[in-house]
Amino acid sequence: MMQCRESTAFFLSAAVGLALLLLLFAHAGWRERAGRKSLEEKREIVRALGLTDLCLFTEARYTRHPAMADRFTPFQDHPFSLEHFPSASLFRPPPHLSGP
Amino acid sequence: MNRAGRQRNILDFTLSSLLRRKGRNAALVLVYAFVVFLLSSVVFLGLSLKEEAQSVLADAPEIVVQRLAAGRHDMIPESYLAKVREIPGVRTAKARLWGYYYEPLTGANYTVMADENFPYGRKSVVLGNGVERHLPPMVGRTLPMRAYDGSYRFMQIRETLSSDSELVSSDLILMTVEDFRDLFRIPEGVGTDLVLSVANPREVSTVARKITEILPDTRPITRAEVLRTYDAIFDWRGGMIVACMSGALMAFIILAWDKATGLSAEERKEIGILKGLGWETSDVILMKFWEGVAVSLFSFLLGILLAYVHVYFGSTSLFEPALKGWSVLYPDFRLKPVITPYMVSVLFFLTVVPYTIATIVPSWRAATTDPDTVMRA
Repeated sequence: MMQCRESTAFFLSAAVGLALLLLLFAHAGWRERAGRKSLEEKREIVRALGLTDLCLFTEARYTRHPAMADRFTPFQDHPFSLEHFPSASLFRPPPHLSGP
Repeated sequence: MNRAGRQRNILDFTLSSLLRRKGRNAALVLVYAFVVFLLSSVVFLGLSLKEEAQSVLADAPEIVVQRLAAGRHDMIPESYLAKVREIPGVRTAKARLWGYYYEPLTGANYTVMADENFPYGRKSVVLGNGVERHLPPMVGRTLPMRAYDGSYRFMQIRETLSSDSELVSSDLILMTVEDFRDLFRIPEGVGTDLVLSVANPREVSTVARKITEILPDTRPITRAEVLRTYDAIFDWRGGMIVACMSGALMAFIILAWDKATGLSAEERKEIGILKGLGWETSDVILMKFWEGVAVSLFSFLLGILLAYVHVYFGSTSLFEPALKGWSVLYPDFRLKPVITPYMVSVLFFLTVVPYTIATIVPSWRAATTDPDTVMRA
């Protein structure tokens, strides 16, 4: 039996890897189409209730609704209070509060 | 021998050389793939959340008007509505009533909202799926809510919002306007804020400016600002993404630096022998180039594939503690996958190219010195 050259095995595995990478694009496209109904549902709730924020971090009110928060809210508990909610340290203040 | 044949022979030799040091190279691929995995997971998560925010909040109110008293957000009188409606361009304006409720049974914070079109009447609530999931089993279909005076209101749970909408509604409790005012002692005639729709989207900033002129104690927040907030939160260059990515980037820099600063004695000896056997410097560099390509390409592909599975099939379980923080209630949602050729190319050039270059430089140094010196070193 003829032995496969190392380079042939390399190119074959690289081709399989690249094909899997292309499959990710196909999967993303498929999920996008499949998720349209759920997206419409979310938009309908946002429209009907006038929501302004995503429900990602519920630990503090300025992380639950960052777009509606004041700039000083993370530090309002007492003078010189340090920010102590983990998720709040992950993002910057909204741009409309960062300006002059 | 033609050029392709020469390249294949060198590649065959490189791969056999890599396979001779199986354990060491497998460990290298695993560490490298893990770094790519971390970087890609953060990028996938950030881009998906950013895109989700942009598409879901595209129908958010065009302008939200908050009242500020002594620098703090305060309740807004409904009498302001009449003044706002007089501004040319304003199509509709209404007051919203919403706030937060701390649930002592679970320790979770909920967002309570009054719905003026609430279909179930008083003493009823509609819950977000996250709230329903976290309720203790003893609660059943009646939710006791502690009012401002310490007494309890027993609310009938009439409906649960779908799990598909958790990203916007997970912690919501909806009720009638009357129940909301009763629960938190909010007097008639005031709201939490005002929401406006504007006939011409190009007039939004003009309307916002006029609001601050007519009502100086208010602050308008436009939809564009809301969207920019989420852009900033999940931006590549700041906030969460940089915080998560800096660790992975540092690990990668250490890996590449270690590779670039020198070769092992065994590798030097191998280069010396090859040079002694008549290999050209260009052949040695070509061999090292193929070695870099083989290691980095497989690590890159492995890392990016695992990151996709982690974020879109595994609900980002590795990052959950960081994202969850101290939250008791965390939404359970499936993100829409976002993968673009641009993003893959950026990740490729950030990881594969520096590593490949880092493997060539020390080999070039070794290959240009006398074989005898290299072998004796």
